[in-house]
Amino acid sequence: MDSIYTFSALQPIWPELFMAFMVLGLLLIGVFKGHQSTRLLTFLAIGGLLFVAFLLLQTPTSKEPLLHGKIVIDLFAVNMKLIFITALIASYLLSIKYLYDTGFVKFEYPVLIMMAGIGMFFMVSSHHMLATYMALELQAFSLYILAAFNRDSLKSAEAGIKYFILGAVSSGFILFGVSLLYGFTGHLNYSEMADVVSGLTGPERTGAVFGMMFVLSGVAFKIAAVPFHMWIPDVYEGAPIPVTAFFALVSKLAAIALLFRLLLGPFETLVADWQIAIAFLSVMSMTWAAFAGLVQNNLKRLMAYSSIGNIGYALLGIVTLTSQGFSATLFYLILYMVMTAGVFGVLLCMQRDGVVLRHLEDLAGMSKNHPVLAYAMAILMFSMSALPPFSGFFGKLVIFQEVIAQELYMLAVIGVVSSVIATYYYLRVVKVMFFDEPDMPYTGGFGPFRSFVITASVLFAVFYILFPDSLMPFTQRTVNDLLPHGVEPIELIKSSIEAEQGSLPSFQELMKNAFPVER
Amino acid sequence: MIEITPSIIEALAFYVFAVVLVVAAIGVITARNQVYSVLFLILAFFNSSGLFILLGAEFVAMIMVIVYVGAVAVLFLFVVMMIDIDFKTLREGAMRYAPLGLVMAIILMTELFLLFKASFGSEPFENHDPLVEQMTNTQALGSVIYTEYIFAFQISGFILLLAMIGAITLTQRTRSGVRKQNIEKQVATSQDDAMSIRKVEVGKGIE
Repeated sequence: MDSIYTFSALQPIWPELFMAFMVLGLLLIGVFKGHQSTRLLTFLAIGGLLFVAFLLLQTPTSKEPLLHGKIVIDLFAVNMKLIFITALIASYLLSIKYLYDTGFVKFEYPVLIMMAGIGMFFMVSSHHMLATYMALELQAFSLYILAAFNRDSLKSAEAGIKYFILGAVSSGFILFGVSLLYGFTGHLNYSEMADVVSGLTGPERTGAVFGMMFVLSGVAFKIAAVPFHMWIPDVYEGAPIPVTAFFALVSKLAAIALLFRLLLGPFETLVADWQIAIAFLSVMSMTWAAFAGLVQNNLKRLMAYSSIGNIGYALLGIVTLTSQGFSATLFYLILYMVMTAGVFGVLLCMQRDGVVLRHLEDLAGMSKNHPVLAYAMAILMFSMSALPPFSGFFGKLVIFQEVIAQELYMLAVIGVVSSVIATYYYLRVVKVMFFDEPDMPYTGGFGPFRSFVITASVLFAVFYILFPDSLMPFTQRTVNDLLPHGVEPIELIKSSIEAEQGSLPSFQELMKNAFPVER
Repeated sequence: MIEITPSIIEALAFYVFAVVLVVAAIGVITARNQVYSVLFLILAFFNSSGLFILLGAEFVAMIMVIVYVGAVAVLFLFVVMMIDIDFKTLREGAMRYAPLGLVMAIILMTELFLLFKASFGSEPFENHDPLVEQMTNTQALGSVIYTEYIFAFQISGFILLLAMIGAITLTQRTRSGVRKQNIEKQVATSQDDAMSIRKVEVGKGIE
C-alpha cells in the first residue's frame, strides 16, 4: 500500500519531526543529568536548530496540503521558519548566563523554548482551523509556563496567571469564531473555506464576517494590539528578562505570520471587512502606545509599550492591501526583532550583586561606567525611534511609503505624529544614560554570548544603510508566495466594490478625503 | 387533550435541560458557598450532556460526564475545600465592573440575535460522509481520529506532555533533610551490617 506516512513521504515535515524528537531527547538528558546540564542542553538545542535550518533549506515546498489537508509547507512557511530559528537561537544565547547568575537554572527552560518553537512552526504551516488551534495552544502553553518560570517571585507568578487567563479568553474568542465560520461555511480547511466564503451572500456572509471578527480578535490578543493589549505590560514586567526577550523576539512574529495566512487564505474575499478592523487596531495601537509609554519608569514595561506601538506600525502595511505593504510589514518586524534582541541584551547586563535592575534611573551613569554598552544602547534607541541612518528608519520608511502610495493619508499622518511622540521615551533613555548623576557600575560581567548578540544587533542597526536592498527581496518573495492565485488583495476589493456599485464609500476613499491633499 | 408524540417529549426534555442548565450556571456565579458553586457546576455539566444526547452526540455526552464531572469538577471541589481563600475579600469590588460587563453582554447578545434571526431558515449543510449515518458516534470518531486527524491527535499528545512538564517545573521543590527509602540498600543489607553480637560482662553493661 502506498502510505503517506512513510519516512520519505514525510520529508516536508522532517524539520518539525526532528525538533519533536529533540525535545524528547533533551528532556531525557535533563532528567538524568539534573539542572546543571542546562548549559549543555542549550548548546545541543542551538546545534539542533542549526541542523533544522539545514533541513529547511532542503525542504521541497509545495502548495499541496499534507497530512489530509492539515498543514502546508510552502515557501512562506519555510522562510518564516528560518526567521524563527534565528530568533530562537538569539533568545537561547541571551538567556544562558542569566539563568546561572540568578540561580534559577532549570533544565526545562531550553526544552520549553523548543516546544514553543514547534508550536510556532506549525502555526505558520497550518492549513486547517483545527491544526491552527492546536499549534497556537502548543505555543501559548509553553509561553504561559515560561512567564511563571521564576515561581518564587510574586510578579512572575502573577504574570503567568494573567497571561494564562487572558490567553484562555483569547482562545475562547478564536474557537467561537471558528464555530461560526464552520456553521456558515461547513468547512474547516482553509482552501475549502475560502471557496465557500467567496460565494456567500446576504446574512450568511454577515455570519462569516462575524466569525472572522472573533478569530481576528483572538489573534489581536496574541499580537497585543490595542484594545487587546492589557496583558502585555504586566507580563513583560513580571516574567524573567530572558523570557520577556523571547516573547518580544518571536511570539508576535509567529502570530503575525498566522494573521497573514488567515487574511490571505480563508478570508481573502472578506477583504473590505478586515481592512477596517486592522486599520482600527493599527491606529489605536500607535496612538495608545505613544501616550502610555511616556509615563513608564520600568524598562520592561517601556519595551512592552514599544512593542504595542511597533505592532501598530506593522499593521499599517497590511491595511494597504498590496503585496508590497505585506512585505513591508514583515520587513519592519524583522528589523524590530533584531533591534529588540540587542536592547534586551543590554537590559540583561544591568545587574548589581546578582540583583537585576530594571528601572530607568538604573541606567544613570552607564556612559561613565560602561561606555561601550551605553553607546550600543544609544544606537539601538536611535534606531528604534527611526532616526536615519540606522536600520529602524528603513522599516518605517517602507511602511509609510506604501501607505502614501495607496493614498491612505490620514493613517500616514497619525502614524508619523505618534512616531514623533514615541521618540520622546526612546530618547529619554539616552538622556538618563549620558546626562544623569552617575550611579555605581554594574557587576557580573557581560558574558561572551550576550556580547555577541548585542554586537550583532548594533552592527546590523548601523551598517544596514550600506545594504538597503538586501532584505526586501526576501520578504517580497515570502509574501508573494502567499497571494491567493497571485492576485493582490487590493484588486479583490476593487472588484467587490464594482459589483455593488456605490453602496458605501470605500475605506480607501474615506482615508483619502479625510485629509485632502493637493496633488 | 394533547397527544403525546415523541417530538413533544423531545421538546419537553430540551426545555427541562436548558432551563436547569441556565439556572445552574447562574447558581455557579452567585452561590455564597464555594462548595455549592462547584456542585452547581456539576449539575450544569450533567444537563449539557443531556442536551448532547438530544442532539444524537452520545459520545460527547459521555465524555462530558466522565471528564468534566468525574475529573475536572472533583478537582475543583478538592481545590475549593483544601485551599483557604477568603472569597469575601476576593469578591469585594467585583460589582464595580458589573455595569460595564452587562452593557458588553447586551451588545454581544443583540448582535448574535440579529445574526441568528437573519440567517434563520437557511439550508443546513449536508456535507457529511453518508457512511457516518450507519455508525455509532464512537465508531465514526475512531475511523478518522488516527488517520485523517493524526496531526491534531499527535499535537494534543505533545500539549499534554508540555502540561506535565509545566506542572512539574512550577511545583516541584527539592527539600533537604528528607529521609528517603533506599530499597536497594535495604535489600542488600546483611546480618553483619544490621546487628552486632557482644559479650556482656557481668556487672558492667554496655557502653
